[in-house]
Amino acid sequence: MKTAIIDYNSGNLRSAEKSFQRMATSPTDIVVTSDPAVVARAERIVLPGVGAFADCRQGLGSYEGLFEAIEEATQKRAIPFLGICVGMQMLATWGREHGQNTAGFDWISGEVVEIAPTDASLKIPHMGWNALENISDHPVLDGISAGDHAYFVHSYQLAADDAADIQATADYGGPVTAVVAKDNIIGTQFHPEKSQSTGLRFIENFLNWRP
Amino acid sequence: MLKTRIIPCLDVKDGRVVKGVNFVDLIDAGDPVESAKAYDAAGADELCFLDIAATLENRGTLYDAARRTAEQCFMPLTIGGGVRGADDVRSLLLAGADKVSFNSAAVANPDIVSEAANKFGNQCIVVAIDAKTVSDGNWEIFTHGGTRETGINAVDFAKLMVSKGAGEILLTSMDRDGTKAGYNLPLTRAISDAVSVPVIASGGVGNLDHLVEGVTQGHASAVLAASIFHFGTYTIAEAKAHMAQAGIAVRNAA
Repeated sequence: MKTAIIDYNSGNLRSAEKSFQRMATSPTDIVVTSDPAVVARAERIVLPGVGAFADCRQGLGSYEGLFEAIEEATQKRAIPFLGICVGMQMLATWGREHGQNTAGFDWISGEVVEIAPTDASLKIPHMGWNALENISDHPVLDGISAGDHAYFVHSYQLAADDAADIQATADYGGPVTAVVAKDNIIGTQFHPEKSQSTGLRFIENFLNWRP
Repeated sequence: MLKTRIIPCLDVKDGRVVKGVNFVDLIDAGDPVESAKAYDAAGADELCFLDIAATLENRGTLYDAARRTAEQCFMPLTIGGGVRGADDVRSLLLAGADKVSFNSAAVANPDIVSEAANKFGNQCIVVAIDAKTVSDGNWEIFTHGGTRETGINAVDFAKLMVSKGAGEILLTSMDRDGTKAGYNLPLTRAISDAVSVPVIASGGVGNLDHLVEGVTQGHASAVLAASIFHFGTYTIAEAKAHMAQAGIAVRNAA
């Protein structure tokens, strides 16, 4: 049972690796890789991502065959997939950042837009611990209740076309998409690997998820 | 609703916590790993790890200590000290940091901040500013442990750093650091109000009211302290309870 954490030179990979190892049955079940052959054999995929949408999309594309392997795994073999932060945002149809339009995976219909808190004194990025709200009964959110805190760091969010794809929100001068999911795909705007007990619970649920 | 963060800071030298850490239940009071574990269990919102004697010779020690500390941290970890450029940022991220803090190097060459922010994203680039009062309402940046005057206005510098891509400002008042007299509130407010990104107040905390003031009067998004927590004067839970009582939204301790 291998979970592949995709390494495309983006962000705090070590953080993600150790929290997944902590919750895995065996630490060797977690593999950090950019090898399409490993992805092709993986039984779960985790795609982290920090920084700008376009850079992440381009970074992922720069590894020959990597995106195709992820697409084959998630769309044909339908294995569980988790996107974190920008890794979640890339699930959308479009990323609209700095006046640039970048195509996403289009697995969750919608676009990634700047967060625009109604209260102008709120800082951007939205950085820190925020309470989860409007939590659905998605199995990966099992045991996580409204008011539990997760760690966010972002300036953009995924505005999903279909409200049914949104599994949880947080309030930051208006609702911010915290979790999206559809079929075998789930994504979090927050960082489960940095969200202490709530995050570890989420990771454990993901590792046990059989969509 | 977003909560105000409480951030204990570990000052590390040669891989050991200095400034004395005094938890009762620590096996080794000088080991950053034990401290990180204790703060993680206590429900700290983030941890800051600053290598205060960052030299070329002890880089290996720093990475090793950072790596072992990060193993115990399921909360965000900021690492700083002697960070010179994008390569250092990458090494520290690989060691387990979630954010990396620039200090003197950003004063010498502000463009290294944009280079690192472009590569790794603004969210993981923190700029630490050490400021000293030069006259009433006028603060300047000092480098090299406060010995070198730069003549750079602290508020202007903070704005410049944000324009270069800093995702957060860690603001230390050198006048107050170690005094237990409280944060420099006018300085904290001037910078918090001048920039769009979160500001962490640092330097001078002696009691829990100081943490409250940092937010209510200093307009900081997060409050950092070292000795009040290290010496066990107050626990993270006590700090959170006190802030909540003052009407500041905090996350319940784990």
